[in-house]
Amino acid sequence: MNITNLFKIALKAIGANKMRSFLTMLGIIIGVSSVIIMLALGTGSKATIMQEIEDVDPGALMIIPGPEYEETGGNWLPEYSQTITQADYHSILDKSKYLKAVCPMVYSSGQFINGKNNHSGSVQGVNNEFLDINGLSISEGDMFTDAEVKGSAKVCIIGKTVVDKLFTNGADPIGTVIRINTMPVRVVGVLKSKGRTAFGQDQDDIVLMPYTTVMKRMTSQNYFDMIYVAATSKEMSQLAKQDVTEILRENHKLKEGDMQDFRVNSLEEATSMVDSVMNILTLLLSCIAGISLLVGGIGIMNIMYVSVTERTREIGLRMSVGARTVDIMSQFLIEAILISVTGGLIGVLIGAGISYIARFVMMHFTDYHILIAVEPWTVLLSFGICTITGVFFGWYPAKKAANLDPIDALRYE
Amino acid sequence: MEPKPVIELDGIRRDFVVGEETVHALRGVSFTIHEGEFVTIMGTSGSGKSTLLNILGCLDTPTSGEYRLDGTPVRTMSKTQRAVLRNRKIGFVFQSYNLLAKTTAVENVELPLMYNSAVSARERRERAVTALQRVGLGDRLNHKSNQMSGGQMQRVAIARALVNDPAVILADEATGNLDTRTSFEILVLFQQLHAEGRTIIFVTHNPEIAQYSTRTITLSDGKLREDRINDNILDAAEKLASLPIEED
Ligand SMILES: Nc1ncnc2c1ncn2[C@@H]1O[C@H](COP(=O)(O)OP(=O)(O)OP(=O)(O)O)[C@@H](O)[C@H]1O
Ligand SMILES: [Mg+2]
Repeated sequence: MNITNLFKIALKAIGANKMRSFLTMLGIIIGVSSVIIMLALGTGSKATIMQEIEDVDPGALMIIPGPEYEETGGNWLPEYSQTITQADYHSILDKSKYLKAVCPMVYSSGQFINGKNNHSGSVQGVNNEFLDINGLSISEGDMFTDAEVKGSAKVCIIGKTVVDKLFTNGADPIGTVIRINTMPVRVVGVLKSKGRTAFGQDQDDIVLMPYTTVMKRMTSQNYFDMIYVAATSKEMSQLAKQDVTEILRENHKLKEGDMQDFRVNSLEEATSMVDSVMNILTLLLSCIAGISLLVGGIGIMNIMYVSVTERTREIGLRMSVGARTVDIMSQFLIEAILISVTGGLIGVLIGAGISYIARFVMMHFTDYHILIAVEPWTVLLSFGICTITGVFFGWYPAKKAANLDPIDALRYE
Repeated sequence: MEPKPVIELDGIRRDFVVGEETVHALRGVSFTIHEGEFVTIMGTSGSGKSTLLNILGCLDTPTSGEYRLDGTPVRTMSKTQRAVLRNRKIGFVFQSYNLLAKTTAVENVELPLMYNSAVSARERRERAVTALQRVGLGDRLNHKSNQMSGGQMQRVAIARALVNDPAVILADEATGNLDTRTSFEILVLFQQLHAEGRTIIFVTHNPEIAQYSTRTITLSDGKLREDRINDNILDAAEKLASLPIEED
């Protein structure tokens, strides 16, 4: 018997029981489309997070005040946030061997006023190496100079959102003196727009000032909230971390076994952690989706089983006119595969469709811009799984049918 | 020259175990049928006719005894060999028709040829149509099995048995549901097939039909009671011509 005839027979059988075949397919459709959607969401979120830190120098390290949370025993003292000092900054500048940029940072916030317009937001006190470490650039004007940093000059760099809020009349912000709270500050540059993060945070709602200005004129503090540094390369970041840690331990006169009152976090560690967390999340989502695929597969088996039992007489008849065991086997296997592959195909289309619709809706109607993407391997994977499911779950009932004796099958009630 | 034996039965027994009891449907049946014979098998209901025919058609296997088909013991054949044999050499008409549900007459008749890869789709259709025309259903090709009368279904079953051009035709009550006229039409057909050289085994309750065959075997309670060569074979075509024509 040739394969075209088997296909014809199988198609006819599916067609004769359209509703039942459709319901069986539905299990597979739901299974496959959820696998596709879950994987698209998982890989999309990962890609989005990765893309966000892509601009940041890969060798970036953050020196943060205070001990590791576990070390404090849950007891956070106010002085923990004041452990990074001017002295530390200078020691790092003098002694560190693997750094190409060092930027002290302090945070404040305030009311930004320009004529009738006002806007409130945070102010970051930095030096002029901040832009390089963070992958930012100036679109108009210039970054403040070293001299301005040394002299605690009242200058600032503003993001696009701040420009839009304060300069509603379209005037050129460069050179304009705005007020931050009560202090007059001259705008010297505008940052190139970066848009929002995947999680809706506006990266253009930003005001940068020399850290000296913020410390002296706004917060009156003599410690740093953070020192942001960049190792000479991504590969050097571990070495740089050790180096910086040693310098600070020495500065803080810490002995072996003393609680360390600062932390050095590397971007690389953070990324690989995000990476593995996202991978676990994706795996978890896929497992859940996989279970629904399995349920779909069991649906196929159930239907094939019912179908075989219901059609035992038909099988007997086919055998009595000359169908061989392999013909009967093939007929039912082809039926199972046709159902699962068609279901798989529809599932892929629906899954991909929903993924891209979700992406479109997110892009245009929400602040969350997750780069949902259906990757080819996820399609192949779920397609492969459902074909295997079809064969696997179709095989047993098919075998059962094919092993009957013609007359036993014909007499079956 | 003596025609060669097609079917040789030697001490065929068939027992069915039903719960605690054993039903002896056949209790040692032996006979030989030669190529080109037209044999009718008679016997009361439950005498084992269908059981015997199923064994002859390789649909069932005897509990004991030897059955040789064309000289080969069926016992030694594999399941696949038997399937191919049924497909190429045997045409079987079931007492209960056994048509595929929700399937047209022509598709039902095509079925045996579906399992023969030597036959193309076109040839399959042509042969199925020819077979249906031979049983007088040329105008019912695309009627589904559930849209036909008992007699029509029986004729579809006969057409299906003819379509693979078998050497041996086994018919179980092939005229059981037909009116006299249609019965004789079918009988004419069987006599034609016989004249073409085919071996026919025809189970019937009707002693009149036996007169149109070359030999009659009578079963009683699973045993062979009578085996008689018919010296005076009647011509079904003549009888048909003498029947009054009813207009419908
Ligand atoms: N599958 C079976 N299981 C149990 N007993 C069976 C089975 N098939 C047939 N029999 C028994 O075997 C005997 C012969 O049955 P068979 O069908 O051969 O009779 P038959 O001569 O064809 O009768 P009829 O003229 O009514 O068709 C009967 O007593 C029947 O009950
Ligand atoms: Mg019977």
